[in-house]
Formats: sequence, structure tokens, C-alpha cells
Amino acid sequence: MSLLDYFRSSKVSTASLAKERLQILVAHERNSKNQKHPSYLPKLQQELLQVIRKYINVDLNAISVNFEQDEDQETLEVNIVLPDDSSKKNVKHTSFNHRK
Amino acid sequence: MARIIVVTSGKGGVGKTTTSAAISMGLAKKGHKTAVIDFDVGLRNLDLIMGCERRVIYDLVNVINKEASLNQALIKDKRCEKLFILPASQTRDKDALHLEGVGRVLEELSKDFDYIVCDSPAGIEKGAHLAMYFADDAFVVTNPEVSSVRDSDRMLGILASKSRRAENNEEPIREYLLLSRYSPERVRLGEMLSVADVQEILSLNLLGVIPESKSVLNASNSGVPVILDDKSDAGHAYADIIDRYLGINKPHRFIEEEKRSLFNKLFRGR
Repeated sequence: MSLLDYFRSSKVSTASLAKERLQILVAHERNSKNQKHPSYLPKLQQELLQVIRKYINVDLNAISVNFEQDEDQETLEVNIVLPDDSSKKNVKHTSFNHRK
Repeated sequence: MARIIVVTSGKGGVGKTTTSAAISMGLAKKGHKTAVIDFDVGLRNLDLIMGCERRVIYDLVNVINKEASLNQALIKDKRCEKLFILPASQTRDKDALHLEGVGRVLEELSKDFDYIVCDSPAGIEKGAHLAMYFADDAFVVTNPEVSSVRDSDRMLGILASKSRRAENNEEPIREYLLLSRYSPERVRLGEMLSVADVQEILSLNLLGVIPESKSVLNASNSGVPVILDDKSDAGHAYADIIDRYLGINKPHRFIEEEKRSLFNKLFRGR
């Protein structure tokens, strides 16, 4: 390190680095803790698919079930992609809201 | 009915036992009948910090197992007649504690104490869980350092979800921040998180800042809660904390560097 470097000393303080890292980490950890997906989701997805496939020949991965949790409401979102040949491309979207 | 305070942090070595000793002595000196319980089964140390290690006969596990009565196990402090210590067992492991037993002990203590201070072990396992489960207030001891702040945040999540108050949908535990081992000088140099930084990250009510102080080690060396050292800055910090907790409005201290005269700087060194 040259003498010039010593006087320049424009390095970021480690405290502000610590703060930044913590803010990101804490926000992330709080989020992942709150977003506990109910354990029935995979089974629900499977059974829904079975029912739909009785009537429409949809793809095995044409359905997605999502669960989201906000401050005061839970949303169960079901997405079904209908096959191309039955008229046009069609996305069925249903969601169920539940206010806590 | 006693008010139950848990002194907790998640991380070890941040000053939980020092704080438990200081605040229980502080509350007792204000005339409140106070019991302080060590929940660190297997690694008890509160007795040592309180200076009563040679007077331990029965412990918390003995009382839970009904091998001794509470009166037999409680150690009366020699400096303050309002203060009683319930040590942890040194020979058992943490499984010796269980919810029903701890609940029973706290309920019995509640009948004739004003405050019960639960000194939590580090970690988030059984001992720590039981120490906080029945709490009304939580003193979250944090150092201005990344791992301690992160662990405190984790602890706050647990206080909000796994306590009796949370499970019964009662008013949540009141949480307070005690920032210990603080060095205003290092904050000025940009080497340490400031009080404001930690408060912003944890969004907690600040009960007090305890400065990094030589008197803490001196106090534990001699088995005297640091709050009894009236020449010590850490002792003053704890005394302020007690006042604020009891509703007396005291401005925060030890956040700014002490102004020192040129004479002091030249001749006294650091």
C-alpha cells in the first residue's frame, strides 16, 4: 500500500456494509418464514388434475396451484391451461381469497 | 400476580446472564420482590455471576421433579432481601425441563413475587423455548454485530409465534431492545453498527444501551451484579434500564462519545 492510498482512504465503512447485508438477510428470512405453504398443496394439485382430465384432455403439467399469504389475506390461486385444439389458447384462472 | 420477564438473545455470549443478574438486582433494590431463574440446565452460570455458587443445594429441576420445595431451592440474596435466585441443575440435561413443570413453578412463584426474571440459555432449543414460553415481557440482548442482530431477529419471530401469549391469542409479549457492548467511538469510525441501525433493522423499542465496559468483567470476577458498582458506566446503564422499564422517563445515555478534555487525552490515554 502506498502512502497515497493511505491518505485517499475512500473505503466504505464496514458498519454500513453490515447494515446493508443485515437488511437484505432479515427481510428475506422474515418472508420465507411467513410463507409456509400448506402441506395439502401437492395432493390438491394432483386430485384437481384427475378431475379435470376426466372431462378435458389437459397436459399433466397444465395446472399450477399457488398459495400466497399477505399481512391480512391468504390467496389460493389455481391456474389451468386448456389444450390448444379446443378452440384458442385459453387460460383459466381462478383464485380464492380468504380474509383473516 | 408477578410479571414474567425473559432475558433472551438467540446468540450466546452477548450478555444475557450479566443482564439477568443486573436487572433482577435492580428491580429488587427498587423494592420489588424478584426471583431470577437460570434456565441453562447443564451449563448453569447465573449462580456464579450472582456470587452465590457455594450456597446452591437444590435447583430448578429438583423443584420440577418435586424433590425439593421452592422455598428450599430459592437462594436469598445476601445484599438485597427482596431478591431470590433459583439456580439451574448442573448435572441434568435439558430434557429434564418440561412445559408443565416450568408452568407449575412459575405459577407458584407468581403468587408472592412481583417480578420473575428468566435467564434464557443461548440457542432456540428446549431450554430457551421454556424460558420464553410464559413471558409477559422480553428483554432482547443484542450486540452491535451481524450474527447477534440476525439471531435476535430470529428470536423475535419465535417470541411472536411460539409463546403462551401467541398460542392463546392474547396480547403479544412486549419486546425491548438492550444493546450491549456498545462502543460510540467505533461507531464514529464506521466500524460498528449504530443504535439507530440496529433499531431500524429489528424495529424494537430501545430500553437502553450498555457500553462496552471493563467493569462487567470485574463484576463477574467478583460475583457482584454490575448494577451494584456505582462507579461503573455499565452499572449506570442498567440502573437507567430499570427506571425506563418501570415507567420513569430517562434520556438515553452512552450513545455518544464522552467529551474528553485535551488534558485527559494527553495524560490518561484511552
